[in-house]
Amino acid sequence: MKAVGLILAGGNSAHMKELTSKRAVAAMPLAGTYRSIDFTLSNMTNSGINTVAVISQYSSRSLNAHLSSSKWWDFGRKQGGLYLLNPTITPDNGSWYLGTADALAQNLEFLKERHEPYVVIASGDGVYKLDYNKVVEQHTRTGAEVTVVCKELAQADAKRFGVLEVNDEGRITAWSEKEDGEPKEGSSIVNCGIYVARRRHLIQILEECKLNERYDLVRDILIRHLDTKRIMAYLMDGYWTNINSVESYFACNQDLLDPALRHYFFQEEPLIYTKVDDFPPAKLNSNACMVNSLVAGGSIINGTVEDSVLFKKVYVGDGSTVKNCILLDDAYVGDNVTLENCIVEKHTKIADGTQEKGSRGEIKILS
Amino acid sequence: MAKKQMIAMLLAGGQGSRLGVLTQGMAKPAVAFGGKYRIIDFPLSNCVNSDVDTVGVLTQYRPLQLNSHIGIGIPWDLDKQVGGVTVLPPYERSGDSEWYTGTANAIYQNMEFMDQYNPDYVLILSGDHIYKMDYEEMLTRHKSTGAEATIAVMPVPWEEAHRFGIMVADGAGHITEFEEKPANPKSNLASMGIYIFNYSALKSALIELSDVPNCDFGMHVIPYLFRKTNNLYTYEFHGYWKDVGTLTTYWETNMALTDLVPEFNLYEEFWQIYTSAVAHPPAFFAKGSKARQSIIGDGSVIEGGVKHSVLGSDVVIKPGAKVYDSILMNGVVIEEGAIVRKAIIAENTVVGRNTRIGEGNFEPSRLDPKVYNSEITVIGSRSTIPEGIVIGKNVAIMGTTTAADYPNGVLESGEYIIKRETKA
Repeated sequence: MKAVGLILAGGNSAHMKELTSKRAVAAMPLAGTYRSIDFTLSNMTNSGINTVAVISQYSSRSLNAHLSSSKWWDFGRKQGGLYLLNPTITPDNGSWYLGTADALAQNLEFLKERHEPYVVIASGDGVYKLDYNKVVEQHTRTGAEVTVVCKELAQADAKRFGVLEVNDEGRITAWSEKEDGEPKEGSSIVNCGIYVARRRHLIQILEECKLNERYDLVRDILIRHLDTKRIMAYLMDGYWTNINSVESYFACNQDLLDPALRHYFFQEEPLIYTKVDDFPPAKLNSNACMVNSLVAGGSIINGTVEDSVLFKKVYVGDGSTVKNCILLDDAYVGDNVTLENCIVEKHTKIADGTQEKGSRGEIKILS
Repeated sequence: MAKKQMIAMLLAGGQGSRLGVLTQGMAKPAVAFGGKYRIIDFPLSNCVNSDVDTVGVLTQYRPLQLNSHIGIGIPWDLDKQVGGVTVLPPYERSGDSEWYTGTANAIYQNMEFMDQYNPDYVLILSGDHIYKMDYEEMLTRHKSTGAEATIAVMPVPWEEAHRFGIMVADGAGHITEFEEKPANPKSNLASMGIYIFNYSALKSALIELSDVPNCDFGMHVIPYLFRKTNNLYTYEFHGYWKDVGTLTTYWETNMALTDLVPEFNLYEEFWQIYTSAVAHPPAFFAKGSKARQSIIGDGSVIEGGVKHSVLGSDVVIKPGAKVYDSILMNGVVIEEGAIVRKAIIAENTVVGRNTRIGEGNFEPSRLDPKVYNSEITVIGSRSTIPEGIVIGKNVAIMGTTTAADYPNGVLESGEYIIKRETKA
């Protein structure tokens, strides 16, 4: 693969509420043992991209800890490697990343020093499997200046995303960003936040942007140049979602209760990789009752768990019922607790006898 | 190369023949334990937790699984610039090449490896025990007594003492006598097969004894040093330590992990046991499944019933299948309606639909009563058991079997089928 990977993992989303008070969206734990950025990192390594830079800014401690060793994704080579690009103060610049394009522009040196002809830019919060080689292949075949990976979604979903119009040739002709868009009938093509460009061309675009004090990749580059540049759509198939709200986070975890989807991500080659821990297997004691749930290693279960995802080292006490919940690492649920439609934050202790109920539409976050 | 105060030599070359078909394809230290680990993870993790960062692993019998498990030592942080883990298989020399003929002979043949680190002390370990032990504490004891060699011992019940190498020591731990499997033991302190030697003493003993056939630590090196120096001390260990060398102890030690509060606790943060594992999704429990009193590895999918069992990763229990009192290693598949009782089933074996394992009464093994002498039925790795078969207790099976191997669809208690070919 002749591409360098750039993962945009610096953002926060107000829709994530207190879930992102401690971590970036890209570091959100998923499916019991993974984090959202694992999907993009694994797609990159599986596409043969050996050099990957993760651009982070917002609350990056948890993300940096997850990436502290690059071995899990097979980076960390003499040829290539995993780079963390946090904002730094330099003689020419003393500001944070002011937007996605600015985050890239502030790291132009990194891009200039590479030799790969293409760049794959991907957001760190997407949950999908994609061979980026196919995107690069289409990119060269269609003579695109930028290729945007898109997905066709049912109308209800499309409100969370940038919605595109694509002509017969595959060129993007119109683009309305999230909140400005009016919901329309039928299905929509949405932006997945994955872009391919030639490296030299991208450097040129970013330099222009910087001169003009424009900072956002989507608004200031892509939307602005729809008429003048050949910006093409690559339509991906297969499962795709991104984590940008409590609801989408909860829904994605619930989706992964489906055995077929877990098989697709974690058993069908190429696999999604993550940092591996050494916790012992999950322990179910005499009165444990598990229904349609995932339970990760190090957990000890005494009560009843239904339609839930339990991360590592979770404890569920005697006589407790956990229904339609997500319990993050090291959550401790005491005895005779009832939890329904809740997300329990990492290291949170739920006292004996607690009753907490959210609803399907309004998931309660306990921290 | 940089000097190391103490290096460890881990003896992992033995077959462990009393584990029957479990060690048909791999050395005992590579056998799975506790739904996640392999036996060798315990001494290796003890090493890193004790700040012993240089470990030679001596392999000989069927080393493939062990080699791929250890790799360059990444899971134990033993991938180091200086030191780390080195796998030491027997090698050819000009002239007198030989296999490792005994525990001490194996160490003797790797003197060059030890010399590289110019150690003051050498820790000898075996790869077949389940325990957590701080070797640093043992070294402190070794230094404080000024012994030439320190032998880790633990008190065993008097009635079992005749099965062990017994050390007789005075109040200060100075060894005055030792007896190998004595009929009338004078002490109940059993050797755990863990030794710290002053390297100079070990080296001269190994050279001195180099012509002894099958040179062994317990049989030759320890008696030699005892006679020569009379300066051997015990290090008394009072923690959990289990030899999992027989099918019964292997089964019991695994099963004890399912106790409400297991005596050997893997869930505490302190003294973690590390292992080589790949990324897995969590274990999944389908609607209608019933799993209790069990430990279930990552990636397993439970649709049927499991009770009082230890399951590795990626185990599949299909709807209507039931598993009781059993150990299922990684990747075992129990098809619809099959019933498994008191069995040990090794990696990637498939048990066909509606087959029942562990039926009937105990019968002595017709294969090897020394190995197979309990109600446990044992099935080797990558085996296939066809559907609709009834299998008794104390049975051993290895390989791809078909209905034709089971006259009338039955394999009685005490019987066996050992085939060479297994599925890929």
